[in-house]
Amino acid sequence: MKTNISILIVLLSSFLVPIHSFAQNNNGGGNSSALVLAIVGLAVFIFLIWLADGLQSAKPKGLLANLLKPNAPKYTKGLPVVNLKQGHEIRLKGEAEKELLKESKIATYAIQPTNFIGLSPIPKMNVEVGEEVKAGDSLFFDKKQPNIQFCAPVSGEIIAINRGEKRAITEVVILADKEVQYRDLGKIDIESASREEVVTYMADHGLWPLIQERPFKIMPSLDTVPRDIFISTFDTAPLAPDLDFVVEGKGAAFQMGLDVLGKLTPGRVHLGLNANHKNAPSKVFTEATGVDKAYFKGVHPAGNVGVQIHHIAPIQSGEKVWTLGVQEVINIGQTFLNGQLDMSRLVAVTGSEVDDTGYISTYAGANIGDLVKGNLEDDHTVRLISGDVLSGIQKEESAFLNFQDDQLTVVKEGDYYEMFGWLVPDKARPTVSRSYLSYFTANKKKFVADTNNHGEERAFVVTGQYEHLLPMDIYPQHLLKSILTGDLERMEGLGINELVEEDIALCEFACTSKQPLQHILRSGLDMMREQL
Amino acid sequence: MKKTLLKFAKSIEPNKKESPFLHTLYDGFFTFLFSPNATTHSGVHIRDGVDLKRTMTMVVIALQLCYLYGTVNIGHQHFAALGQYPDFFDGLHLKVSFGLIQLLPIFAVTMLVGLGIEFYYASKKGHSIEEGFLVSGSLIPLIMPPDIPLWILGLSVAFAVWIGKEAFGGTGMNILNIALLARVFIFFAYPTDISGDEVWVAGLESVNSGSAVVYNWWHTGFFNGIFEGLGWATFQTGSAVVDGYTGATPLSLAYQGGWESVAAVYSDSQLLWGSIPGSIGETSKPLIIIGALLLLVSGIGSWRIMLSMIFGAGIMSLLLNAWGATPFMTVPWYYQFVMGSFLFAMVFMATDPVTASSTNRGKWIYGFFIGFIGIIIRVMNPAYPEGWMLAILFMNVFAPLIDYYVLEGNVSKRMTKPKTA
Repeated sequence: MKTNISILIVLLSSFLVPIHSFAQNNNGGGNSSALVLAIVGLAVFIFLIWLADGLQSAKPKGLLANLLKPNAPKYTKGLPVVNLKQGHEIRLKGEAEKELLKESKIATYAIQPTNFIGLSPIPKMNVEVGEEVKAGDSLFFDKKQPNIQFCAPVSGEIIAINRGEKRAITEVVILADKEVQYRDLGKIDIESASREEVVTYMADHGLWPLIQERPFKIMPSLDTVPRDIFISTFDTAPLAPDLDFVVEGKGAAFQMGLDVLGKLTPGRVHLGLNANHKNAPSKVFTEATGVDKAYFKGVHPAGNVGVQIHHIAPIQSGEKVWTLGVQEVINIGQTFLNGQLDMSRLVAVTGSEVDDTGYISTYAGANIGDLVKGNLEDDHTVRLISGDVLSGIQKEESAFLNFQDDQLTVVKEGDYYEMFGWLVPDKARPTVSRSYLSYFTANKKKFVADTNNHGEERAFVVTGQYEHLLPMDIYPQHLLKSILTGDLERMEGLGINELVEEDIALCEFACTSKQPLQHILRSGLDMMREQL
Repeated sequence: MKKTLLKFAKSIEPNKKESPFLHTLYDGFFTFLFSPNATTHSGVHIRDGVDLKRTMTMVVIALQLCYLYGTVNIGHQHFAALGQYPDFFDGLHLKVSFGLIQLLPIFAVTMLVGLGIEFYYASKKGHSIEEGFLVSGSLIPLIMPPDIPLWILGLSVAFAVWIGKEAFGGTGMNILNIALLARVFIFFAYPTDISGDEVWVAGLESVNSGSAVVYNWWHTGFFNGIFEGLGWATFQTGSAVVDGYTGATPLSLAYQGGWESVAAVYSDSQLLWGSIPGSIGETSKPLIIIGALLLLVSGIGSWRIMLSMIFGAGIMSLLLNAWGATPFMTVPWYYQFVMGSFLFAMVFMATDPVTASSTNRGKWIYGFFIGFIGIIIRVMNPAYPEGWMLAILFMNVFAPLIDYYVLEGNVSKRMTKPKTA
């Protein structure tokens, strides 16, 4: 790098060659104090760059890092605190009230093979329509990895096996019994069990698909040994569920889950904790044992596990790490405790178009129509999203929550024309652009956002926008361009392996050119995966 | 009201297949009037309110004061040559109307040629009209001499948009700054129309004392008619350039005799406020700074480029001060900022995001060398004492290289990082 810059300087100073002609008629009018001033100026300039870059960088180092040490809350108790300056909080109306909504009747559940990236489109079915299953019975497996079973989250009757394009199986639908019947899986003693025993147990009983592997955010194969395992214990996405609320009373299961995960990696299990609030996060997290903890302070995407990995121990070329959500860890722990497959989920029902927001206690893959029955504001066309507004998936009312999702968001469709909407919008909308006054008042109010695109797609024009929103030492725009040109080497060099869709979703939200960043990133990840 | 307007606008939509050009034209104006009803379809479900139209329009808004001042200053310089209305706000109606007569055709030709080519390519490629020329087209009139022949202007705009932009793939793909490309085309193809002392003052036969004014029907017929009716002062066809008037710009004076020669003709406040001859919109420093503040507050202009350009220019000026071989080199470094178009180039030209460096570290280097090289060209180039156009275009070419090395730094960090156990 340094030699390269010096080459540049040599090139540019070739401009000074014409100076010879002046040197000959030097009349000695020089002012030597100016030379001193010039050197001082240069020094000030270099200092300013160092200061500004240090203040702005995702990972300040050395002296500045010490100066910039955040005012860590007391409860962090000497644990590492990572201060993230980049990012933006999108404040929306419709946050989930911290209460369980009245017993909602969820009639159907589905496991969707399409939720798992890299699975063959037509998995091998173990069940037929009409068959009765218990929770924990295998539904299907992937032909490429026949030892990993995908199991029923609840007991009941298989009422449909839905197919999509090219006859790919999209949904295996179960009509749930009123009282869930569990298949007895037997217990293993986690203290004495070997890694192989744990892996086999998890793969046989439907726990393996709960694990996600980075790079690529795929389900790991059985013979992978991850370098580390990362769990983020808070979610900063818009309207995301409050995980402190979710784990209430589930401390034992969570700790058990961590112990199981500890068996799976020779490295460490890392917990990312929230240092944004006055009060310490739930004791379930702070008092967890056998794990490495680090606090993170910052707005979205500080709660994204990808960001946390980047700051704790970034993924190097060839390395694999695993990530899990808090509820998945609880599922694993509970299953090991009881010997019955636990696929329970506390789902947050959120969004401006929901009458009563709150949490619903249910199981993975719950039917969306059942989740919001009688709970939607009328008169609007609404969009139902499995997940959050940034990286969730649009769903029909008859569809099901995705396997890993613990949030349902309902927002207004934005199918309207707006006169001079680009210049003087009718009402305030969430923005990261300081060209809107609402940017400066955003801390005080919550917005009702709709799905209007607010503009048309354009080529990349604005620069430096994404870097403000991604607290990682990565150049997102250049990475995306290298994906568009299919330059694999550069993609890897610029850090594609450290990213998945949710990490750059905020950049996509803010993108002036309305580019589909998540889609581009996934196509790049697919390209990389094909190379393996 | 809005609904009927929307209905009407929808009812006149041309058929896209039958007349693609008309449809592109329609689409351009329709999306200007109404934000389209498109919704998000993959990826994020909600989008930021900001789009390229808004971003570009902010720059155009930031330029408005320069337009306003430029209009008056065209007239002011004209009358200064005639020795009339020496105070800037004297005879304002004459100055404004004279300015408009010069500026409006320049603006119209720029927009007609530039947008024409833009619309043609948009319809040919079947995509909607991109907003890039909104800014380029607003910048071009401001960096032209008030007396520029319109056919040369049209030719240069066509060259810039066609060769500089469309050939590279349209908005966002160009390597060189479009507005500066238009100017540099004239600079090399028709040098006498953009350099020397003659070109900066409009409406004169020549700047030599005693030469007559050149008025046309708009002055003597249209505006004089109105002003007579109102009982105001009118354009005098018999006026002539006063004795001792040179029309020289501060830079050419500085080149010949250093700061003393500049100070002999122009006062400090004149230089600051910009009632001096020059390109149309670049003379008034405070108004440019107001525009700069708008761009900085709204986050559209890069403060890194602006700041580092000031440092680059300041340091180079100091080095030249230390050397002091020619009169121009001895001009105190801080005066370099009030002469010529340094500020305008810094605020509106160097910060163009498409042609500047796209990495933050690159922006530091990019801006610094624009300032550095710009002063070298300004002070040492005997043919043409101003450097920003050439410096910026030169660094435009270097910007991808700078970015390449900055990214290499990031790549090598990732590929060689020691393994953490």
